[in-house]
Amino acid sequence: MMPSSSDQKGYARKASFWHRIHLDIPLLLGLLLLMCVSLVVIYSASGASIGLVKRQALHIVISLAVMFAVAQIPPDTIRRWALPLFTFGVAMLIATLLFGHVGKGAQRWIDFGFAKFQPSEAMKLILPIMIAHFITRHALPPQIKHVMLGFVIVLIPTLLIAKQPDLGTSILVASAGLFALFLAGMSWRIILSFAGAISAFIPILWYFLMRPYQRQRVLTFLDPESDPLGSGYHIIQSKIAIGSGGLTGKGWLNGTQSQLEFLPERHTDFIFSVFCEEFGLMGVVGLLCLYMFVIARGLIIATRAQDPFSRVLAGSITLTFFVYLFVNIGMVSGLLPVVGVPLPLISYGGTSMLTLMLGFGLLMSIHTHRRFNK
Amino acid sequence: MFLNKRAPIRNLNAENTLFMRRALLAFIGVIVLVLVLFTNLFQIQINLYEDYQTRANGNRIKLIPVAPNRGLIYDRNGVLLAENKPVHSLELIPEQIKSLEQTLTTISSIIELSETEHSNFIKSAKSQRRFKSITLKNQLTPTEVAKISVNLHQLPGVSIDARLKRFYPYGPSLTHVLGYVARITKKEQATISANNEETVYAATRDIGKQGIEKYYQRLLHGSPGHQEVEVNNRGRIIRVLNYHPPTHGQDLYLNIDVKLQQRAFDMLEGRRGSVVAIDPNNGAVLALVTSPSYDPNLFVHGISSKAYKKLLSRDKPLINRATQGTYPPASTVKPLIALAALEENIISDRTYINDPGWFKLPNVNRKFRDHLKWGHGKVNVYKALEKSCNTYFYDVAYRLGIDKLSSYMTQFGFGEYTGIDIHEEKSAIMPSRGWKRARYNQPWYIGDTISLGIGQSYWTVTPLQLAKSTATLATNGKVFVPQLLGASQSEQGLIQIPANQASTINLKDDNNWNIIHKGMWNVTNKLGGTAYKVFGDAPYESAGKTGTAQVVGIAEDQKYDKDKIHERLRDNAIFVGYAPFENPEIAISVAIENAGHGGSSAAPIAREIFDIYLEHINTSLQPSLVKQQQLSGNPVL
Repeated sequence: MMPSSSDQKGYARKASFWHRIHLDIPLLLGLLLLMCVSLVVIYSASGASIGLVKRQALHIVISLAVMFAVAQIPPDTIRRWALPLFTFGVAMLIATLLFGHVGKGAQRWIDFGFAKFQPSEAMKLILPIMIAHFITRHALPPQIKHVMLGFVIVLIPTLLIAKQPDLGTSILVASAGLFALFLAGMSWRIILSFAGAISAFIPILWYFLMRPYQRQRVLTFLDPESDPLGSGYHIIQSKIAIGSGGLTGKGWLNGTQSQLEFLPERHTDFIFSVFCEEFGLMGVVGLLCLYMFVIARGLIIATRAQDPFSRVLAGSITLTFFVYLFVNIGMVSGLLPVVGVPLPLISYGGTSMLTLMLGFGLLMSIHTHRRFNK
Repeated sequence: MFLNKRAPIRNLNAENTLFMRRALLAFIGVIVLVLVLFTNLFQIQINLYEDYQTRANGNRIKLIPVAPNRGLIYDRNGVLLAENKPVHSLELIPEQIKSLEQTLTTISSIIELSETEHSNFIKSAKSQRRFKSITLKNQLTPTEVAKISVNLHQLPGVSIDARLKRFYPYGPSLTHVLGYVARITKKEQATISANNEETVYAATRDIGKQGIEKYYQRLLHGSPGHQEVEVNNRGRIIRVLNYHPPTHGQDLYLNIDVKLQQRAFDMLEGRRGSVVAIDPNNGAVLALVTSPSYDPNLFVHGISSKAYKKLLSRDKPLINRATQGTYPPASTVKPLIALAALEENIISDRTYINDPGWFKLPNVNRKFRDHLKWGHGKVNVYKALEKSCNTYFYDVAYRLGIDKLSSYMTQFGFGEYTGIDIHEEKSAIMPSRGWKRARYNQPWYIGDTISLGIGQSYWTVTPLQLAKSTATLATNGKVFVPQLLGASQSEQGLIQIPANQASTINLKDDNNWNIIHKGMWNVTNKLGGTAYKVFGDAPYESAGKTGTAQVVGIAEDQKYDKDKIHERLRDNAIFVGYAPFENPEIAISVAIENAGHGGSSAAPIAREIFDIYLEHINTSLQPSLVKQQQLSGNPVL
């Protein structure tokens, strides 16, 4: 039944039913398991209210449908759309800055009247597509001038998003582009000098580019106890929730930090803390394994892809998914500053779920559009 | 072969290997970072588990203090003087009410709601958390409670709350003894904080403001208990985890006999004055009455400014006249001055002086007048006390001198706080050379001393001081601190408060006591004594002294005519005394402002109080025997 087992025997076999409808079952199972966890934890985090769970279920259904649709598009078609998509995306980002909807001190949406559109979300996929397309047009490893051009392509949307300002999304967008460059094989010399440039950039970022509220977040991150009732409140309450979960957790629906509403943003950015409190370190290990399974499967799909564009795109989508995971867990457990990145596929919210599933749709397309008779 | 058209020469195998290397590297990076996350979570969830567990509990578990019930106050016979009564209020929880407007309309159709109650409620409903209950109406009458109760089923979110409030069943007659409780003020809150008693008062709304309620606040208050509750981040109580009950305040038993207190208060009705009765054998205060008074219950619920203004009238009902009223003692101190003179051998019981109706200092023209214009003739100490002869005491005071006089009187407690267990007390003034120098920066004149002999001039006393000095006299010199508190009842049991004897006045010749006692016996028992008319027919023997204190100085050639003088300027009437004559059980002072003569105005109240208190003697003594003794005129000394 499992098509993956048939894969391994070679290209000669006829494609299975799942491949013909362009689905990768191991990846899909991993994603569905994560979505189940999402519904279970959201039910608890929302104080046992079924309303949010229903809406998240709707998000899941729509996202799965979109993923299925995208999986039908051959990677080559996507590659050809790369430049128009990118041009359109950047134009929308500029439009957002000019006419965007202001929320929480930042401009993120364009309101079309009937729907709100967040171009920065789309850029999480458009940028890796664009970079993968641009860098793989030439022989790999890429030449320095192409890498430099690649950097410019990454920088344009990143800066536009950072200007909104939306630090979390700009980090995710930038890492998607940079992963593409890394996987394409840019030389270590460039990577090291790039790392050096970033360290030099930090003071500039601090003094000239960061908004006061962003700076405050960083300061609070460095010492959350300095402002326990103000900006440190979130992170302190989150750590209390995680820590008091212990090894086995307090049990589903029994987390005092979440049920008694001490924990902020319980069903969105801080949902991982709810999970930790109620399911303990043992639950955390299980969840991390599930995520690792999805990431491993994504990387396997990348390595099995047949053309450089697909490889680089699949790899960078998978690694970006990991960045989501790392930044979110890092921030709720006090390792990283609070930048507003949701826990992928589990945090409540339609937009991020849709973007992520679009990406996984691309992965499935890449995996199931391979030609077996080369 | 699949080839990129724009890249004619590509080594796809090499590119594949390169990608594999990079992907593997990335995966290793992913694993390393996941291990970093895991290590951090392990640190938080396992190593620091207890720390965070404690903080999580600290978040959710709150201690809510529970106020102790205030101790009750009884009189010496166990009659309840201060109790805690449930007071009902109407409470609404906005969160549980669909339409506030409609609920308010329904309620106002059942009971009356004033405009201010309505608007106050709307105001606090806007500012408070929706799950906290808000008071709509205070002090519901029993009828209102009943009307609301039967309609509660159609008023979700509405409840009737019962809270204990202090109630003083005897009202104004005991106000100045008991004091009252009322809301803790900001100033009192500051004192509580300064004493580190915030936890003790955490749940308490009211505090003793005066009298016993204030003096014994700590005993009466008790210590609070607490509820351990689980709360959410907005402080809403989710459930009660634990309950530790409070320790109620101690019940106090006063030495006051409410029968005496009530009777004396009734007799003073419409007059300004006070009655203090003390058990001379231990200083127990049997009655401490002041008039006019006011209803302490008004203050418990917060007095209206209109009602309060009424209390600021000229009659000064807020003053405790028994302890804060200062009056010239007038003739009531003559026995003590005579005692001092006997001790100093200035007089003996066989010393006679001639009273022409006036006293004159050598070489000075001013005459100090007796109250009898024609004088008392030949007067010894017995007659001087019996008739309250001024001339005799002018002479005695003159010969005693200010220093000795002042020193003896101080021993009897004049010019000093008695130490009674309420805070509202004045020390009044026992003049001396030093006092006059400090007060007026003037030397002491001999004329000042002459007036002291009849308890006038600068000398002032409180009625409590008079009662105390009379008690000291009655027990031949035992000075007890007057005490209102007799016993306290806590969970550990009943604790009797022992008598507090401050000092003893020792005389060189103990017979001098008897001379004074006999003189005072004459006042109430001998035909012609200034209080004989009042006490002559009593079934027990007593001793006493009347006093009529001038409020204004009367010029030497003027005659005091009470009908011609404004009421407020008329003489104060005072009486002191004790009974029974042998082994006294009660000492008393009665002072009535602007009432004229002490014998006719003040003494009858003393007689009534003696009668009630010594009721047992009424029945145990045969009246005929008593009469015989009186007729023989021989007091048993």
